[in-house]
Amino acid sequence: MQSTSLGRVYVWEIPVRLYHWLNALCIVVLCITGYLIGQPLAIQQASEASFSYWFGWVRFIHFVAAYLFLFNFAFRIYWGFAGNKYAGWKNFIIYRRKQLKEIKDVLAVDILQADNKPIETIGHNAMAGFTYFLTFLAFLFQCLTGFGLYAAMSKSWFAQLFAWIVPLMGGDFAVRQWHHAFMWFFILFAIVHVYLVFYHDYVEGRGEISSMGGGWKFIDKEHHPVLKKQDSDKAGPASAANDI
Amino acid sequence: MIATSRPTIWEHAQSRGVSRRDCLSACAWMTAMLGLPATAVPEITKALETKPRLPVVWFHFQECTCCSESFIRSSHPAVADIILDKISLDYTETLQAAAGHQAEEALHETMTKYKGEYLMLVEGSIPTAANGVYCCIGGRTAQDIVQEAAAGAKAVIAWGSCACNGCVQAAKPNPTRATPLHKIISGVPIIKVPGCPPIAEVMTGTIVHLLAFDRVPQLDGLGRPKAFYSRRVHDTCYRRPNYDAGLFVNSFDDENAKRGYCLYKVGCRGPVTYNACGVMRWNGGVSFPIQSGHGCIGCSEANFWDNGPFYHHLPSFPGFGIETTADNIGLAVGAATVAGVAAHAVVTNIRKRHLIREEMKTSEDVKDGRAEQGGE
Repeated sequence: MQSTSLGRVYVWEIPVRLYHWLNALCIVVLCITGYLIGQPLAIQQASEASFSYWFGWVRFIHFVAAYLFLFNFAFRIYWGFAGNKYAGWKNFIIYRRKQLKEIKDVLAVDILQADNKPIETIGHNAMAGFTYFLTFLAFLFQCLTGFGLYAAMSKSWFAQLFAWIVPLMGGDFAVRQWHHAFMWFFILFAIVHVYLVFYHDYVEGRGEISSMGGGWKFIDKEHHPVLKKQDSDKAGPASAANDI
Repeated sequence: MIATSRPTIWEHAQSRGVSRRDCLSACAWMTAMLGLPATAVPEITKALETKPRLPVVWFHFQECTCCSESFIRSSHPAVADIILDKISLDYTETLQAAAGHQAEEALHETMTKYKGEYLMLVEGSIPTAANGVYCCIGGRTAQDIVQEAAAGAKAVIAWGSCACNGCVQAAKPNPTRATPLHKIISGVPIIKVPGCPPIAEVMTGTIVHLLAFDRVPQLDGLGRPKAFYSRRVHDTCYRRPNYDAGLFVNSFDDENAKRGYCLYKVGCRGPVTYNACGVMRWNGGVSFPIQSGHGCIGCSEANFWDNGPFYHHLPSFPGFGIETTADNIGLAVGAATVAGVAAHAVVTNIRKRHLIREEMKTSEDVKDGRAEQGGE
């Protein structure tokens, strides 16, 4: 893998990037406010209730962020059908033998580090795709349980669409407990996710971190059919000197 | 014909020496209890004047009789009295004078004579382990009795948390496999009136509704009358403004407890409990747990015994011992993850050092124009 043979590939389109950062913001806000709702700080003493509303605001922010999160998530599902091939739904459903093999490779190369051969995926590798599929399930679960709890305190028809989840899970108490426990999934995911982004950027040097900013990744031309062809077209005396 | 000669409720009241004035006043009470406007009083009155007394059988299985105790303590004595009068309570182990064969006979007479007409009230859960031998009456299992009686009932009311969700009998490990009513019978409308016990006025109100309108009241997703169970204790709690303001009691002996702040942090289950305690209160509207300084324990919610400890907001996580919450576990797993990630970073620098060094070298070569390809 030599720097000279790298080409730029536009991987993450604007909607994907916007989704990603909005989602990240929502998750951070939801985790902080959600944790506070579960374990409120007792910062006020000797006061009258009519003087403040901070806990009300914490909950309000949680609910607003939840709506944003839900519709952002819904948009991402839509973009799984409308977006480019790196955003497509096929990245998240593991059903081809090639994907299974790639999962095995990722485990061997990146996680267990038993092997050093480069893994040449451009978008999500199969392991990442599968992990994101699990996070989508967690998103769905948090939306169902969260809005299910919210339905009891909302008059909006939209929240009422989720009211059925409460009897199904045996009451608000169980729903609240699961909703709270799943918050930790997001925290753990964030730790591993952020670490792995740095890891890939560091080890592979393909611009993993900046790709979610500008959308471009740097790919070894050998492994990209179009870039490879462009390269060989331009080849000849001028050589393949289109450094980035 | 017995059916046609059954006295109406009003006729029955007259025979008991109740004046028309008292009867009308009771009608007004009932209307108010149902949350209906004053314009509905004539309707209720008419219903009581024209309708014969409702034959009722009231069963007691795995229970502590707190539901009956609550019921007979309805706030307005006349209301409980009249309700007990209005219905023809043909069988109830606790209150009936008859015993043994007499009692069984009364039960069977009602069940055959008023097939499809009688109201069946069930207090207590039904054990199903060991073929239900843990609760037998007259030599028959509770399960058997319930199934027979439900077949001819017009409607069934599940009194209290035992009949609605198993309550303490169904708490882990539930040795008798105590089962709530709705899992035993089917094909007949079931109204759940949970609580340990339910509020007396909620019980009487539910009966009055059936009596006056001759149909099952509007129920929520879990089969509870919406009139009483549509709002959480939290929503009608007079301490709610403290919650929104973030004013919480931290321990029962602190200054905040004295000031009457919100009991959320000391385990109040108000936010997850659907009941009318905050509105109707107990003992004739005197008070309810939160008003008396103790958090709600969620007695009208399923599994409330297993969702302990009562004085913690978050329950202990199953399988991790008491007082281990999801947060404790999450924090431990989070710390383990951070440690794992850090270890992975160290290992990366060891295992991949050749790869990274090689790439760095290539990059230097390119800069210096020493690469094999490119670099013109």
